[in-house]
Amino acid sequence: MCGPEGRDVMGDWLPVTSTTAAHRGVRPHPGEPLDPDAAISVRGLVKRYGAATAVDGLDLDIRRGEIFALLGPNGAGKTTTVEICEGYRNRDAGEVRVLGEDPASAGRRWKAQLGIVLQSGAGDSQLTVRELVRAQASYYPDARDADEVLELVGLTEKARARGRTLSGGQRRRLDVALGIVGRPALLFLDEPTTGFDPEARRQFWSLIRSLRDDLGTTMLLTTHYLDEAEALADRVGVIARGRLAEVAVPSALGGRGSAPAVVTWREDGVRRERATATPTALVRELAERFGGEVPELAVARPTLEDVYLRMIGKRPEAADDAGARDEREDPAW
Amino acid sequence: MVTTTRTAPLPSLASVYRTRAVVELKEFSRQREAVVFTLLFPVLLLLVFGAILDYDIGGTVGVSIGFVQYFLAGVTAAGILGASLQNMAISIATERSDGTLKGLAGTPMPRHAYFVGKVAQVLAVTVAIIAVLLLVGVAFYDVEPPRGRDWLTFAWVAGLGAAACTLLGIAISSLAKNGRSASATVTPIALVLQFISGVFFQFSQVPEWLQTVAAIFPLKWMAQGLRAVFLPDQLAAVEPAGTWELGRVALVLAAWCVVGLVLCVLTFRWQDR
Repeated sequence: MCGPEGRDVMGDWLPVTSTTAAHRGVRPHPGEPLDPDAAISVRGLVKRYGAATAVDGLDLDIRRGEIFALLGPNGAGKTTTVEICEGYRNRDAGEVRVLGEDPASAGRRWKAQLGIVLQSGAGDSQLTVRELVRAQASYYPDARDADEVLELVGLTEKARARGRTLSGGQRRRLDVALGIVGRPALLFLDEPTTGFDPEARRQFWSLIRSLRDDLGTTMLLTTHYLDEAEALADRVGVIARGRLAEVAVPSALGGRGSAPAVVTWREDGVRRERATATPTALVRELAERFGGEVPELAVARPTLEDVYLRMIGKRPEAADDAGARDEREDPAW
Repeated sequence: MVTTTRTAPLPSLASVYRTRAVVELKEFSRQREAVVFTLLFPVLLLLVFGAILDYDIGGTVGVSIGFVQYFLAGVTAAGILGASLQNMAISIATERSDGTLKGLAGTPMPRHAYFVGKVAQVLAVTVAIIAVLLLVGVAFYDVEPPRGRDWLTFAWVAGLGAAACTLLGIAISSLAKNGRSASATVTPIALVLQFISGVFFQFSQVPEWLQTVAAIFPLKWMAQGLRAVFLPDQLAAVEPAGTWELGRVALVLAAWCVVGLVLCVLTFRWQDR
């Protein structure tokens, strides 16, 4: 159960001291009261655009200090949900508390505790990177030092460059600098690494982790990259058709941890494949049969992507649970 | 963590205003296109028109006044229009489409501070453009600078005109998809208005029906108010009403301020639709 960087994902679980949904690590039930301790608590959220319902009774708890990744296809209601939490949009129904306040009526003091890294970014500025971060800092009551923040995001060398001259990856780091300079308790990151090369993404990930581990920042991350969610998130929520389909630690999403493993090997010149709940036993049996090395042996669990695609494509409702379980036992999946 | 941020006071309005004013002045002065288009273009017009059209326009009323003296009033009005209406419409549409506005709306910056910064920018650019045009006019074309009470008229016509056009520019920015489309829409409209409002030609030479059209918009009244500043009172006889109509200038520009403000409040958006 180790993340790609060797961090034990399960080890970061807070001790279960509360019975609220956030602490159980599961999706809150409709009708459950708002969690007063959560960084974000949402119940029965509904948002319509004309005749279309973008968010349709969404329930969500994000606890303080965690990185929560929200996954979902375009149009599933991801951005709408996040923008309602950020105070950019009004809701049609439901209850929302972000850092204890209703975003629809919260004021400047509340905003001073948020950091928002938008998909659209900081724009084409004639100001230098340092000037931009300093200007942003001046709106907050207890801002960080601009140069410290630039150091943190790795833009020190570009401090004197104008905003508009930055490359895509540098811009994104500037966006993060602008998002964290106000010392936020809660940081929203909307598809932060789109357009990054693999190297830049790794660097960005370690920045995000240090924000959580060293500064205790709570983060709500939306992303299209499942490896990113797996690498960064303490918990993952999947939105499909305006509802939260499931919440879990990345390694357990969609029953991944306990789903049958697929063991493949070569025998008599053909490729064999078997799905099993006890892969170790099967491998031992194969080893005995072959008397040593098993040709082309592989054991695979469903990847986060397998689970995710099934959830958004074929299993939007909890009612389809039975059907999904059948499907899992199909060795072909 | 949350409790410590709660105890720190929010920054004072004065310091946020200062930040916004400095940001807006830097954004303008570092953008070559904006500086050339808004500041240098009117100066160029003054230099070229002044060199070509140096005829006397005072003959009918028995005084000797070069056209440059008349044109300086018009090109100043056009310069104020550029610094306020065109500048606001284009820059705000750009900042809306590139996400700058949405980003600001997500900070604890009081939203009105954004407009304080824009007003500071318009004021600075307007003062700069008036100063440069006056200097060039006086230095190269023997233009007579305003005297005594004319300065007072100059100040309120320029101030009220800039206010009305700033508000209209902010309102127009919401109609445009982005900065480029704002520029493509507003620039030709401004040019047409300049032709029919007595900037490039004497207003009395504009056909009467076009005079009526021009009288709907603020530019005509700004130019007329500034003519009262730059021209001797005998020339008021050439105006449509036979006087400078300063009371009406104030009334029309104030009415446009109200209309512009209402449109701003109704249409302003912090993000793209």
